Amino acid sequence: MSDGPSRVIADNEWSRPRVRYGIGSQQILLLVGLVVFGLGPILWLAKSAITPTGDTISHPIALFPHGFAWGNLHEAWSQVRVGRYFWNTVVLAFGSWMTQLVVATTGGFVLSVLRPRYAPLVKALLLATLFVPAVVLLVPLYVEIVHPPLVHHSFVDSYWAVWLPAGASAFNVVLVTRFFDNLPREIFEAAQVDGAGPFLLFWKIVLPMSKPILGVVSLFAVLASWKDFLWPLLVLTNPDIQPLSVRLPSIQAQTSLGVFLAAMFIACLVPIAGFMIFQRSFLRGTGLGGAIKG
Amino acid sequence: MAVVEATPARSRNEGVRLPRRTPLTWVRGGGLSTLVFLLPLLFVFGAFSWYPIVRTVVMSLQHTNLVQSPTWVGLHNFTAVIHDPLLPTAVKNTAEFAGLALVFGYPLPLVAAVLMSEVRKRRGLYAALVYLPVVIPPVVAVLLWKTFYDAGSTGVFNTILGWAHLGPYPWLQSQSTALPSLVLESTWANAGGTVIIYLAALTSVNPELYEAAAVDGAGILRKIWHVTLPQLRGVLLVTMILQIIATAQVFLEPYLFTSGGPANSTLTVLLLIYNYAFGNSLGGDYGKATALSLMLAVFLALLSWIYLRATRSWSTG
Repeated sequence: MSDGPSRVIADNEWSRPRVRYGIGSQQILLLVGLVVFGLGPILWLAKSAITPTGDTISHPIALFPHGFAWGNLHEAWSQVRVGRYFWNTVVLAFGSWMTQLVVATTGGFVLSVLRPRYAPLVKALLLATLFVPAVVLLVPLYVEIVHPPLVHHSFVDSYWAVWLPAGASAFNVVLVTRFFDNLPREIFEAAQVDGAGPFLLFWKIVLPMSKPILGVVSLFAVLASWKDFLWPLLVLTNPDIQPLSVRLPSIQAQTSLGVFLAAMFIACLVPIAGFMIFQRSFLRGTGLGGAIKG
Repeated sequence: MAVVEATPARSRNEGVRLPRRTPLTWVRGGGLSTLVFLLPLLFVFGAFSWYPIVRTVVMSLQHTNLVQSPTWVGLHNFTAVIHDPLLPTAVKNTAEFAGLALVFGYPLPLVAAVLMSEVRKRRGLYAALVYLPVVIPPVVAVLLWKTFYDAGSTGVFNTILGWAHLGPYPWLQSQSTALPSLVLESTWANAGGTVIIYLAALTSVNPELYEAAAVDGAGILRKIWHVTLPQLRGVLLVTMILQIIATAQVFLEPYLFTSGGPANSTLTVLLLIYNYAFGNSLGGDYGKATALSLMLAVFLALLSWIYLRATRSWSTG
């Protein structure tokens, strides 16, 4: 997203007042639209999180007609136990991140660096899963968690039921494999000549060289886990261990509007902060993969 | 490797000198450690991707409810789904959702991206604002919009529209406005991702094409029409089919906004699958659920295939 030279409108066209003010005003209109529609709902949520419930119901747009209600945030965190659910969300995101990272890096290492004879077969099977819509997996995966084959022990209400399936992201493996493909092979060969085995090669050479792609995978892994709703709703039935996204609809029924909006605001904080810190990674167009996953 | 002229007399030693593939040489050659590295991938994908995909097909031909042991029922689940009076409603609503999402959400990101790519200062600000809704957790987005859609005259949207003496509108509570309301929120939540994809595609357009068009006397609009749009053709076609595939599987919006109501006016195919499997507290009908999800998957695969064939002549060249 660097402010590179724009293309369609040449500089000599841009210097014409009609173009400059015509396009310029459209762009300002767009900016206003983006602020109102993109930022507006979130600002409203932030405002209403600290507004007394009565004011939000009777004058939803007014700015603090009867002062603040900072207590909403505190009540949400302790009384409605948002703090607890927030922690559950963190633990779930951490585990999902770990499995995704382990599977993607070790898998990518085999497919790109070690390249055994059967690598094309594994690759084909991986790519095939990209073409299977997520809905096909939902029911059999659920049944598998409730009645797993071989192990006769239900994984319902275990975090492993969320952590392990999260690792099965073919998109991650493809992304990491492609990155490894572009690393200079001479370095691997030099390391092997020096006697480095595959474990040393993986740990000391490939991983340290792959920080950029690991960052991108981590970012999307944590965000996806934070956003997830249906799967944790199905396999985590005990409210004490459910993440925030699963609890929010029930919190709405339990408490006042003000406290509920405060809880929602808390749920947004981590993704928004993450987005602001790592903006560039998000906006580089890697999101296409997210679109494929649907 | 040139030990081709091996005579019978020398064949006793051959096993030593020729690298024959035995389990031992495989291990010494690093085959075992390769497999160790591959284990996480094989386990996770085997257990949570490949196996369930196969299992879907099996389950769609069985009667399973986790209580009794499964019995084979042939195509009974498929006929049961096809004869479900709710199926036409669900299909119609899903098609309407996908269609409306294209009308609302397909041209908008393109216009925004083209305008944004011409921004000379603070393009990053535009990009950040446009992407912000995408990072909001979908559950928060839906529940927040549910608050906005309050049908009373003091609801957020009704208050704002009231300034222009419009409304109050029933939003989610009327059969005619519920589905478009869902599409509106979904467009808000997802359009930013598409804009970012278009922006990336726009920067890869060869600037010489614009210069050539300018030499031929093309103005701004004609450059957009004759250079930008044809150059984006491939991306535009892909985002369209991806959007259709995604909206055909819409679940969160109907589930959280309306639970399919009022009067099934927002019941989608995915919500129907959910209801088959998890909606009944007495035990799910997993056979019907997997049968319908397979039908949807096959339909989407066929649709994509036809779409890609039909548009192949446009997307290349």
